[in-house]
Amino acid sequence: MREKCTLVIAVALFLIIVCGAPARGAPLKAASFIPQWVPQAQFAGYYMALEKGIYKQHGIDLTIITGGPDYPPSDLLVDGRATFASLWLSTGIQMRAGGDKILNIAQIMPRSALMLVAKKASGIEAPQDMDGRKVGLWGPVFQIQPRAFFRKYDLNVRVVLQSFSVNLFLRDGVDVASAMWYNEYHTIMNCGINPDELTTFFFHEHGLNFPEDGIYVLEETYRKDPKLCAAFVLASIEGWRYAFDHPDEALAVTMRNLRREHIPTTMVHQRWMLERMRDLILAEGGEDADMGGLLPQDYSKVARGLRSIGLIESVPRFTSFYKVIRESDEK
Amino acid sequence: MKNRGLAFKLILLILSSVTLIFLMIFGYNYLYSRKIIVENVEKNAMNLARATVNQIDVVLSSIEKVPENLSYVLDRSLCAGEELNNLLKHIVKKNDEIYGSAVAFEPRAYDGERERYSPYFYKSGGEIHYSDLGTASYQYFFQDWYQIPKELDRPVWTEPYFDEGGGNIIMSTYSVPFYRMEKGKERIAGIITSDISLSWLQDIVASIKIAETGYGFLISQNGTFVTHPKKELVMNETIFSQAEARGDGEMRRIGREMIHGKAGFVPFTSILTGKLCWMVYAPLSSSRWSLAVLFPQDELMADVMRLNKIVVTLGILGFIFLLAVIVFIARSITRPLTLLAGATEDIATGNLDVVIPEIGTGDEVGKLAQSFDYMKGSLKQYIADLTETTAAKERIESELQIAHDIQMGILPKIFPPFPEMSEFDLHAALEPAKEVGGDTFDFFFLDDDHLSFNVGDVSGKGVPASLFMAITKTLIKTRATRDTTPEVVLTQVNEDLSADNPSLLFVTLFMGTLNIRNGILEYCNGGHNPPYIIRAGGEIEALAMTGGLALGVMEGFEFQSKGVTLNTGDALFIYSDGVTEAMNSKHELFSEERLEEELARLKDLPVGDIIAGVMEAIHNYSGDEPQTDDITVMIIRYNGSEGTPEVATTGEM
Repeated sequence: MREKCTLVIAVALFLIIVCGAPARGAPLKAASFIPQWVPQAQFAGYYMALEKGIYKQHGIDLTIITGGPDYPPSDLLVDGRATFASLWLSTGIQMRAGGDKILNIAQIMPRSALMLVAKKASGIEAPQDMDGRKVGLWGPVFQIQPRAFFRKYDLNVRVVLQSFSVNLFLRDGVDVASAMWYNEYHTIMNCGINPDELTTFFFHEHGLNFPEDGIYVLEETYRKDPKLCAAFVLASIEGWRYAFDHPDEALAVTMRNLRREHIPTTMVHQRWMLERMRDLILAEGGEDADMGGLLPQDYSKVARGLRSIGLIESVPRFTSFYKVIRESDEK
Repeated sequence: MKNRGLAFKLILLILSSVTLIFLMIFGYNYLYSRKIIVENVEKNAMNLARATVNQIDVVLSSIEKVPENLSYVLDRSLCAGEELNNLLKHIVKKNDEIYGSAVAFEPRAYDGERERYSPYFYKSGGEIHYSDLGTASYQYFFQDWYQIPKELDRPVWTEPYFDEGGGNIIMSTYSVPFYRMEKGKERIAGIITSDISLSWLQDIVASIKIAETGYGFLISQNGTFVTHPKKELVMNETIFSQAEARGDGEMRRIGREMIHGKAGFVPFTSILTGKLCWMVYAPLSSSRWSLAVLFPQDELMADVMRLNKIVVTLGILGFIFLLAVIVFIARSITRPLTLLAGATEDIATGNLDVVIPEIGTGDEVGKLAQSFDYMKGSLKQYIADLTETTAAKERIESELQIAHDIQMGILPKIFPPFPEMSEFDLHAALEPAKEVGGDTFDFFFLDDDHLSFNVGDVSGKGVPASLFMAITKTLIKTRATRDTTPEVVLTQVNEDLSADNPSLLFVTLFMGTLNIRNGILEYCNGGHNPPYIIRAGGEIEALAMTGGLALGVMEGFEFQSKGVTLNTGDALFIYSDGVTEAMNSKHELFSEERLEEELARLKDLPVGDIIAGVMEAIHNYSGDEPQTDDITVMIIRYNGSEGTPEVATTGEM
């Protein structure tokens, strides 16, 4: 009889260990997440983790708030409507420097997807060729790298504020356009321009790599429940890995979400986006890389860039901005 | 094929040729009719596309006029306030196609103060409404309809867009910049726009129906589907995203031609049905969008295909008919031939009484049957004749055989002929050629001491020669009496033969008389091959000639004898020209040299063995070559008056 009891206890312990710290039966913690934009493949990892119950396995009852132009994640994060938010590193630094007590708990995308693109027909094949030409740039956050690029190559360009369509570039209203590699670059190709007709300038190839998408949380939330933060980061990374391993499944979920929101898109575009996300997220050191890490030198490069054009006055301390999440943090 | 019947070969060759010819005609017909159809489709398609394009362009260019006219007004006057609003409202009200119209000003261009100002009138619910687009949230400076014409400094049609307020209508905006003089320079002061619904355009394109599933579609300058029967493509996909989804490089290439304002006629796989189509495309001159019309190939080819099916069916029926006709013809040829073949087989086995089947066709086969019948008759007659002739021939041959037997019968046959005589050994042999021959030999004692012997060769062969030979033999025997010398005998026999010789035959004759007591040989040679003396010492020498002619040639010729002494052991070898003129397979003669060699080899043997050896040598030499002349040899060895004869070897020729 005593032996039997011991056995039952041993099995129970084993199950607890195997199933992870938040053992089955423990109440799920409610949390919400806001991505920067609509539920496109740029966020496939989060939606995949939700779809496959990975957040639940990590003890989170997660709601993903549908992003879009009317839902700036910075606002939702600060006013508490969202527990977690996906933000650009430069946006995060700007907010922190501006007094918002937020923390970066995972730098999901270590490589810059922002690029400049020009038609070879316009005679632009090297950075020097841009001198004196019209260049389409997006808002301030998207101008840090291009302006550093212009300084680096001593270019005098005419900046034209670029909207979210690439039509101005397609109609030759500008000679050079800003583009995200995973988005507008493919849109341009799907408007009938062949890759060999384009000159591309990837900032990370010109020493101007700015990490982009990262996971942010209020410092207060982190202080109250670091385990929740760790669980969210680890579950999200697991979701990303699952999405990369099962691209067709991830695309199906992405297309379903986009259709639900009546957002026009095409499968080929989302496939391109997912493949580029894979390239960008796994960029530093391949598949075995420790996802979510932020290097101090990358941080200071971005922060100094922001300060140099006056977007921030002082650079926040790296340690007060970034918290490393380890697997042990979840327990 | 090789062992097949005539009917099979006929069917195979004719039908395969006919099939080949039919296929060539059918193929040419198909290709040519297809070419004509394609040419017609191309012409009609291009006309249809251009007509539709014109229909659309007419509307679009009439709409273009409205903001363009307004720009002339704004270029020249400072129209503003109520005046401008009324003008815009009027434009929207009076133009059914125009859904809304705006004048958007550059910063401070309206009144020198306002950063942004854009009065906008639009239709909604049957009323005309006003709003100012110059809000901080809308930021019209960075909208395509404003930014693109401004940067390009020319009017443009925007990419089509969904009007979210107006109930999912596809819209496009025509934007025209207008200018003001500022500090002596002309500068853009703003953009005038006309928004138009594209539903009429969709209706025009949707009304294009070609055959069952042909349709038209329109793509914008970005390649975006503005209209397409597959609704989910419209405003969502570009022809390039479709090409990428399908991995269709050709579609992408055609799409690029389209957005670059080209016109063309190309094969294209329908996105709607997946069918192979011909597609014509042509650009709108106003907005540079591109209209495409698809013509399903199978549907347009349906008539040709139906015709082809009928042609193929007729071809197959014709084929079957032809097969039947050829089988009939082949049968009509081969049936009498088969009958003939049967009859011929009977004939071949020797049955000449077989009845040749009656074939009344009158064609080649009929003639063949007649010929066969005639041949049969001739053959029968011939065989009857042949049987008769053969019987006659056999009779003659048997008579000849008898003649031959008689001829051989009169020659001495027993050797040694005089076993009691020890003074000499004598042996002779005559091997006749196939027919009755003309050689002869003989020997006999004139008295106790003198042995007379002769060897002759009658010219020619056959019965006359053998009779002549018999006569000669008899004459010699008659004339050679005691105390006659060979020259006397030859002279007298010559007289007898020459006296009455209508056949002009003659005989060469060697005759000798040997005195067995002293070995003296007296001889006379009438044109015969000179005999050899084989000396006891081994020397072989030819006997000197006596200058005599062949007998029966010249009447009154005087023959001369000569004498020679045979010592003990010497031998005389006499032969006819059948020996030296025996031929081998190369038609080379046996010759005197070869005979002398043989004699030298055989000289020490008993006389019978020498004769046998010479004969064997001749046989070996000639091999299978038929013997053309009689072969006669005779040898006499003198043993001396007290000599001992050889051990008698009795033999018969």
